[in-house]
Amino acid sequence: MSTANPKVLMLGWELPPFNSGGLGVACFGLSQALAKKGAKITFVLPKKVDLAFDFMDLEFANVNEPEEKMLSAYSTLHSWLVDAGIDDSFPSDFVSGALMYAEKIKDIALKVQPDIIHAHDWLTFPAAIAAKEATGRPTIIHVHSTEYDRTGGHGQNPSVFNIEKNGLENADKVISISKLQVDLLKRIYNLEKQKIELIYNGTSVFKKEQLPPALGHLKEVGYKIVLFLGRITLQKGPEYFVRAAKKVLEYDKKVAFVVTGSGDMIEQMIAEVKDLDVIDNFVFTGFLREEEKDRIFQAADLYVMPSVSEPFGIVPLEAIANETPVLLSKQCGVAEILKHVLKVDFWDTDEMANKILAVIKYGCLHDDLVWESGKELPNINWDKSAGKCLRLYRQLI
Amino acid sequence: MPSVCLYFQAHQPLRVKKYRIFDVGNDHKYFNDFSNSNLNNKKVLVKVAEKSYLPANELLLKLLKKHPDFKISYSFSGIFLEQLENYLPKVLRSFRKLVQTGRVEILSETYYHSLAFFYSRQEFESQVVLHRNAIKRIFNVKPKVFRNTELAYNNDLAKWADKKGYKAILAEGWDKFLGWRSPNFVYKPKGTRKIKLLLKNYKLSDDIAFRFSDKSWSRWPLTVDKFARWVNRANGNGNVINLFMDYETFGEHQWKEHGIFDFLEKLPGKILEHPDNDFVTPSEAVERYKAMDVVDVPDIVTWSDMERDLSAWTGNAIQNSAIEFIYALEQDVHATKDEGIIEDWRRLQISDHYYYMCTKWFADGDVHKYFNPYDSPYEAFISFMNVANDLKLRINSKLGVEN
Repeated sequence: MSTANPKVLMLGWELPPFNSGGLGVACFGLSQALAKKGAKITFVLPKKVDLAFDFMDLEFANVNEPEEKMLSAYSTLHSWLVDAGIDDSFPSDFVSGALMYAEKIKDIALKVQPDIIHAHDWLTFPAAIAAKEATGRPTIIHVHSTEYDRTGGHGQNPSVFNIEKNGLENADKVISISKLQVDLLKRIYNLEKQKIELIYNGTSVFKKEQLPPALGHLKEVGYKIVLFLGRITLQKGPEYFVRAAKKVLEYDKKVAFVVTGSGDMIEQMIAEVKDLDVIDNFVFTGFLREEEKDRIFQAADLYVMPSVSEPFGIVPLEAIANETPVLLSKQCGVAEILKHVLKVDFWDTDEMANKILAVIKYGCLHDDLVWESGKELPNINWDKSAGKCLRLYRQLI
Repeated sequence: MPSVCLYFQAHQPLRVKKYRIFDVGNDHKYFNDFSNSNLNNKKVLVKVAEKSYLPANELLLKLLKKHPDFKISYSFSGIFLEQLENYLPKVLRSFRKLVQTGRVEILSETYYHSLAFFYSRQEFESQVVLHRNAIKRIFNVKPKVFRNTELAYNNDLAKWADKKGYKAILAEGWDKFLGWRSPNFVYKPKGTRKIKLLLKNYKLSDDIAFRFSDKSWSRWPLTVDKFARWVNRANGNGNVINLFMDYETFGEHQWKEHGIFDFLEKLPGKILEHPDNDFVTPSEAVERYKAMDVVDVPDIVTWSDMERDLSAWTGNAIQNSAIEFIYALEQDVHATKDEGIIEDWRRLQISDHYYYMCTKWFADGDVHKYFNPYDSPYEAFISFMNVANDLKLRINSKLGVEN
């Protein structure tokens, strides 16, 4: 047993580049920073992927679901069922991945003999409890998102909710990634304050290299680019983006609204764009990764994140690293620690438009936001998060 | 010696309300927030009057009556006096009572507490005249001593004040131009003939104004005994101790509960205990004491921050863009000959607007006494520029220019 270099059994669901969103990115960033500080990590994924890291070991639980049926960490139950072609009325199948994970984890846990177990999001919670029972080691549950905020509080799946609640109750400590989420855990999941440790997410990339910009054809004729980048789902507030766009276009026609991402609400979003008659000013690029994603950021004059409920929100940090100014909703966890960004209530599309127009119109505002946010970004780093995490490990070991 | 020279700055801006792009062209009232927010100018004025102006005035009047040798000085911005006239005439009356003792000097400044000197000499002079007229009307006084907004000072300003016949001008006693010299003497500004320079002793002034209730300060608590001892130390190597500060120090920045009024109450008596000490107004200071040396200040010095420059008002891109936009309107503003437009244009020159756009201290964990009634400097900028654009539209409309 070592408190200086604790052996950590880290339970995850995805890691980049095989990820569909921020969960994998966060797990990777945190693990890397922890390993740098001396933690000995074994990271468990549900099924085998072609990955290897020099700073941590990988194990695969071989949860043998056929690939198409693997539940994404982000889907609401309903959308997953729809995707998997499963009848909505069947309650038993959907958590099979999570439960199978729990079955397979015991062998891995006994093999690794960890000092501490650290599990990320609900799909790993049953496995975390199983590992805890098998080894008797202290267990940390790390909440990146909850069923509540994934569904906007409506149409939550009771089984998923129960898995989350059960995991939270059986954990020795819970890590939450924002004050917003701490409140939610207390309010909705009845978690006591003392059980929760607030550790913000971070980033390890503070400046991206300059790339040849995208959307040249629009910029050349004087269009300003306003970017929505993220999963097109209820939680991310896509309809507010569209409504704000309509208002902006009433004052300035030379604005292009670029939507990068995919998700269950994409058709709805396109329909709204058509309805509001702003289709001529919208561009849908689909899901972009890495360099292509950076190029889109660098082409944008403003990045907007109108999330209805965002436990943290790593994407604004990427925007800042690409020297793009940010407008984000006050209902995002990351708004608690970013000062040099514009903020707005997600439902206040008038104010959203007001701020979008200001950034477009005043180059000095754009420049100061970029300059200052670039200076504050290095303070939001994974080293800080890892440091707090290690202190927590030491308390429990 | 030494003679203690107390100077208090009393100012309240007119804060621009939350103003959006949709209001441009539609709403020409920029300063009329009557909500519960900190942009409600009347609300702020009333609050500060209760915590600071009224109790401080009452105390100082008592002290002036008790100590016939006690003297103080003020500078009131025109916009401050205007708001008192509109909302709190009783506070104005209490200031008048102080002036009527004959031992309270009033200084000259720009009516709109602006940085006009650095952008338009003509506008600057207009604002000084407006201010002089207001002081004459309200207090029946013709100021002889000048101080610029935020004690901003340079050689050019001194030369201007000298030509105008002011007897003295105030500035920050900043080491950068003083070198080894002490602020506790009267000086002559470079390139002037008659005017004299009074320099703020920032260490002693800020002990009261900033550090008074700071428990982490090595010299806390600041008692009158302690402070009087420090003042007395200047005996033999100083003529004046210039204690220049914001009037809101008494009750608003430093709270009554922390003893600031008790301190002020005992201060005159304690200082006067030493037979060589006395109090002087700025005019008396420069009359009595000769200038010890010539002081050269080619670059702008203010009483603000570590840098003692204008970076708190013009240090970033949004501030510079905003202030230049406003001053670029000057010619057209006067061409309209419209009083409402001219007045609004001047109100938009109040230095506080740009101060609210400062990004310098908008950082995590900052303990600076920085008060912004907006959620962020960027919000301040957005409301301000929307307003500025509405003003521009009004100007163009008046001049018959196509928008």
